[in-house]
This record gives sequence, C-alpha cells and structure tokens, in this order.
Amino acid sequence: MNLEFGSEYDEFTKEVESFCKEYSGATITSDDEKFEMHDALSGNSSNANGKTVGRSEWQKLLIEKGYFARSIPKQYGGYGGEPDIIKSRIIAGAFAKYKVPNAMGGQGIDMLVPTLLEWGTEEQKQEHVESTLHGQTVWCQGYSEPNAGSDLASLQTKGELIDGKWVINGQKIWTSTAQYSQMMFCLVRTEPEASKHAGISFILIPMDTPGIEIRPLVDMTLKAGFNEVFFDNVTVPEENIVGKRGEGWSVANSVLGHERGSLANPNATLNRLNTLINLMKEETIDGRRLIDVASYRDRLLQIQGKVLAVQANSLRLLSAKINPGQNVKLGGMIQKLVGTELRHELEGLAIDIMGELGTLYEDDPNVRGGGSWQFTYMYFLGLIIGGGTNQIQKNIISERGLGMPREPKVQAEV
Amino acid sequence: MYFGLSEEQESIQDFVKKFLEDNATVDEIRKIANGEGEEIEKNIFDGILNLGINTLLVPEEYNGLGAGLLHAVAVAQSLGSGVGPIPFVGSYVMAPIAINLGGSEDQKKNYLSRIATNDIRFGVGMSEFVGAREDAGIEFSKNKINGRALFVLDAEKSDFLILANKSGTLFVVKSEDKGVTMNRLTTVDKTRTFHEIILENAEAEILENTSENNEIAKKVIDAGRIILAADTVGASEAMVEKAVSYSKERKQFNRTISSFQAVKHMCAEMAADLEPCYSLVWQAAYSYDTEEISSSRLLACQSKSHVSEVAKVISKKATEVHGGMGFTDLLGLHYWFKRIGLNRQILGAPEIVREEAAELQGFNQ
Repeated sequence: MNLEFGSEYDEFTKEVESFCKEYSGATITSDDEKFEMHDALSGNSSNANGKTVGRSEWQKLLIEKGYFARSIPKQYGGYGGEPDIIKSRIIAGAFAKYKVPNAMGGQGIDMLVPTLLEWGTEEQKQEHVESTLHGQTVWCQGYSEPNAGSDLASLQTKGELIDGKWVINGQKIWTSTAQYSQMMFCLVRTEPEASKHAGISFILIPMDTPGIEIRPLVDMTLKAGFNEVFFDNVTVPEENIVGKRGEGWSVANSVLGHERGSLANPNATLNRLNTLINLMKEETIDGRRLIDVASYRDRLLQIQGKVLAVQANSLRLLSAKINPGQNVKLGGMIQKLVGTELRHELEGLAIDIMGELGTLYEDDPNVRGGGSWQFTYMYFLGLIIGGGTNQIQKNIISERGLGMPREPKVQAEV
Repeated sequence: MYFGLSEEQESIQDFVKKFLEDNATVDEIRKIANGEGEEIEKNIFDGILNLGINTLLVPEEYNGLGAGLLHAVAVAQSLGSGVGPIPFVGSYVMAPIAINLGGSEDQKKNYLSRIATNDIRFGVGMSEFVGAREDAGIEFSKNKINGRALFVLDAEKSDFLILANKSGTLFVVKSEDKGVTMNRLTTVDKTRTFHEIILENAEAEILENTSENNEIAKKVIDAGRIILAADTVGASEAMVEKAVSYSKERKQFNRTISSFQAVKHMCAEMAADLEPCYSLVWQAAYSYDTEEISSSRLLACQSKSHVSEVAKVISKKATEVHGGMGFTDLLGLHYWFKRIGLNRQILGAPEIVREEAAELQGFNQ
C-alpha cells in the first residue's frame, strides 16, 4: 500500500492547487435553465467570496489549462495531453478539495465524445468533438423505448437505407435534454433479419430534421426534463452512422460502463456530505444546532461511514488502472448500485433533518440550498431506476460477479 | 501509488486461510466451542504461531518483524474468515502496540522480546476505558490494583494482563498473581475467550508513558478496532461465499435456488455492501501506519462502526439464503454469525464509536 503519487507529480499538484485556490467557491453563471441544478448534482458548491465566471468562458479556460478534455487530441478541440490517470486524479481531487466548479458534463461530453474518438470517422470527429466539448453542440441519447427499458436490445425504432439515406421511424423515451439538443445519438434497428443484438446501428440525427416531434415527459422533480421523441420518416445522410451496420450495440456498450460509473461520482458525494455537515451546523431546532441533536448526528455519521467506504473503493479502482493486473474483484461492478443508493440516502437525510423546512421547493423564499436537496433526492431515485435499474445491477453482480445462473426463460405464451 | 495488500501481506493471509481451512473445519470448531477440543485448539494455535503472528507488531530491535498494522489486518481477515479459534487482537496486536508506545525502555526489553520469542502472552482489558458497564473499573494505588475489568480479551492461559483504568492509564499485571481472579464469560461466540477479571490487591506496574495522558490508550484502541473490523470483513466474506455456494447446490422447483432473483439479489446486495469494506479497512490501517492521528482515528472509528453495520445485515441475509439449514448447528454457520455479533460490541458498539467520531470532528459541542 502506498498512496503517494510520487515526487514527479509534486510540481503538477502545486500548479493545479494554485489554480484551484484562485477559483475556490467560484460561481458559474448561465442564463440557460438546463444548467439550473447542474451544480447540486455534480456536488458543486459556490460561496459568496468566490469569483464569478460565465459558463462557456469557464469551459474554455479548463480546456486551455488541461483540467478538462485533457487527453483529447488538440485537433479535436481538446488539451492534447498524454493520458495520465494520476494527473486526472490530482485534478479531480484538488477541484473537490477547493470546491472548484466542475466542467460542463452531459451525455454529449460524457458519452458521445469517447464513442466518436473510438468509433467515429475522421469527418465525424472533426465535425462534432470540438463543438461538443465547448458546449456549442448539446446532445441527447436516443436509447430507451417504451418497450425497451431494461431489455434495451429489444428496441424497435426502425431505420431503412433508401436511396443512400437513413429513413427512421419509431419512438424513444426518457430522452433527457432533447428539447435543448442540437443532435441525438440514437440506436436504431437496421437489420431486422439479424439476431436481437446484431440488428442495431448507431446513428447521429440532427434534432431539427423534419419529422421529429418532441413531447416533454415531466418527471417527479418537475425540472430534470425528460422527453418522448417521435420519428416519422426522419431522413438523415447515410454517413451519419457510427461504426458499421449492425455494430450499434458494441458501439453503445463501449461507453455504457463509463456512464454507470459516472452516475455516482464519489467526489460529488463527498462534497454533498460536506455541504450537509455545514447545513447541520447552521440550521437549528428549538435554538439547538441540528448537529447537536444526537439522533440526527448518528444518522450523519452512518452516512459518513458509507461515503468513506465508497471513497476508499474508488482509490482501489484507481490503483487498478495504474497497476495493470491488480484484481479489484467486484469493486467496479458495484459502483452504480452502491453510489446511487448512497446519494439518495444522503440527500434524504438533509430533508429529514430540516423537517417541515425540508419540504420547501422551487422558488419558495425560505427554501434551503435553492431546493437542491429535494431535487437531488428525487433525481437520484431516477438514477436508481435509470442507467440500468439497480435490480439489473444486482443481476449483473450476481451473474458476472458471483457466477450465479441467469433466471430461466419463461416459455412464450401460446 | 498502489492501493491494496502487498504480495507479502497476501501471502501470509493465504497461509492463515489455507491453514484454517485444513485444520479448523466446522467439526473441529464445534469440538472447541463445546469444550472438547483442547488438543485441536493447541495444534491450531501452534500452527498459526509458526507463521510468526506473535512477532508481526514487535519492532525489529526486540526481535520482531516490525511490520505495520496492515500486515495484521491481512492476518485478521483470514482469522475471521476461518473463525480462527486463537488469541490475536489482544495478545498480538493491542499488547505489543501498548508496550511499544507506552513502556519504558526496560519494559519494552522485558516484554516485547519475550512476546517475539513466544515465551509470554498478554491478555488485554480496555473495556472500562471505552465505556464501563455495571460500574466496573480498576483503581491503582501503591503498586496495587483493585477492582473489576470486563470482557478482557485473550486472557485464557495468558501470562500477563494489560488493563486500562477509566482514564486510560495502562497497567501490567501477572495473570497468576494471587490477587487476580479470572472468570471466563459465557458469550455467544465460543471461538475466542472473554474474561471477567477481579482484582484484589494485585501487584501492578504502570506502562510508564501512559500515566500522564490517555493518547496511548486511544491509539491502542484504534488498532484494536481496525483489527476487529478486518476480522468481521473476513467472517462476512466467508458467509457470502457460503451462501452463494450453498445456493448453487440446493434445488427447489427443479432448479438451483441460485437461479431465483430473490436469492440472487440478496447475494448481490451482500457482495455490494461488503466490497468497499475491504478498502475502508485497508485504508484505515495504512493511515494508522503512516498518517497523523487527526486523519487516521476517524478511519479507525468508521471502519469499526461501518463494517459492523454491513456485517450485521450480511450475517442475517447469508443465514436466510441457507434456509432452515442456516439455522442449524449441523451446518455451523452460526459460528460466523456469532463472531460478527461479538466483534460488533467489543471496544465500542457502532453508536458509541460514531459518537466518538463525531467528537473528533468537533460536531457535538
């Protein structure tokens, strides 16, 4: 065991820390409502003494410094650094420690960019990566369908190649940010004769193409903004396919694992824990600080134990990336299940300790944290269900992790 | 940067695990628990002593291995996983640490080197410093000690005892002193021993550096808690493995019960809750070995309390996966259940330890 990164990283750490001190507690401004709750979800916490920076300016600065898009080549708008897991960790650690706002995320940046870098043509990379990194192109993900949720590979949205163009018909659901997006990356059944998984292609669709209808699907937070997206003879160029025909399932899966991990970032969880501790020191009941109430305090400490365990687990996973061959057993597989449940529980505790005040929401003048506790509490219930439900996660852990058999198939009804 | 056990640590861990699998089967554990296995118990203890567990935490200058707590954690996981019926946390973790940190040069020379050569063994009683039940406690005056200590660890067949008073001063007493009465407590866990010690004018010496403040006592307890957490992690691991493997054999409705989601999900939950506990306990031990108390004590407390909570649920679910068999003495799963249950209460139950962790962080003023 050795948790030192080594003296060759001292200078880099110093440089990152000095940047982080400068922007500690900074507020990122945006008049765009899609980022309203971004900060709470990613664990960002600004304070009044911090600097104020515009969102796109912030994104640009982070890329320039190499604190975001670090290993993405310069010609595609990234920083162009060598991939270095330890440096990435130093950056993430310092940002969390000094409460520096994270870069913009979203499905374009988190999922499409790595997908295109791995599978895309040169033209696709040129066209989309830079504008996505800088927040100019916002993407939505067209995967789930009304009858293809946990069993995603049974999706039915149809794509036919007619006169050198893809003609797409069908419906997607749970499409977050569709209403703000310029583009969608979409899974479409193009090979109806092939087996379930081999009949899917990965296609890029501009959202202003005629025949696309977006209907908002309001979720319980009233804010997160899911949609249903309908396709009626939506026609896009043949070259909008990523990978070959029928390779869509592999293309999509090459970054799904990444999504599962990122749904419950341990650094964001730690930041929220610290915000909760501050809340408990500030708020009172009968003139007593909430943290001085033994039952509340004990629940806080129970959550802290879980947060520390998840943090330690993520250090072990980092170690396995740096030291090839290290066996971390189930360490990676459990992240989505454990991380989303923990975050839901943490946000729920904040509501409980505030009692009636904890139920205030939206623009109520007395609301605490801008309503972020209720929002995130509900949002993480969504994440417990989304990204592969936690029941599906338990199937994966028991089957792939513990070697237990799949549930036998029920015979089709005659 | 490397987060995990070293090859050397994994290798001693594997040795202990393998040794217990071969020499401490459930039948043998049952004989020991029923008081019919003195010979077996001795053979197991001798076998594990041959691996040098008594020397781990004794510094090299006193002929020990001078290893860190993480080494002892590696061993403790295996002892927990095989419900090892031997003294460890008191005799070979807390005692050498207490003497090394708290003893005078003469005391270290006298005791540590003899622990390393296996000439003497210590029992350790610090429950009254953590939280006294039944108003137990000991008083010291004029080199004599009086009072009562409960749940003294590893005192059976020990040569000396280290006992803490309520303010954390540590005393060394001869186990055979005529003023010492040892009563073995009948606990649910019969794989280890716990004693009530009555002291009537027993000869005692103070571990020299512990008379002024309780920092050393606290540091000894930190170590004990991390080791108990590691023992619990090991015992939990064994329970999960047993549940998974039993479910793959047991058939109902013409299929193994491992193919039912109700069973699979219980197993997945156990595994998912347990996996981060390894990392937490290792980090706590690493922090204990290398970092300031300000960061290591929180991890020691949270390892003890968090692992105890996780293991309580695992011990229940793993038993349930076994159905009726899990409830029987025949299968012997209850030895793991009870070991987890006992570890939870010793050196501070979760609520007590969390309250200490809160205090550390200045939460409760």
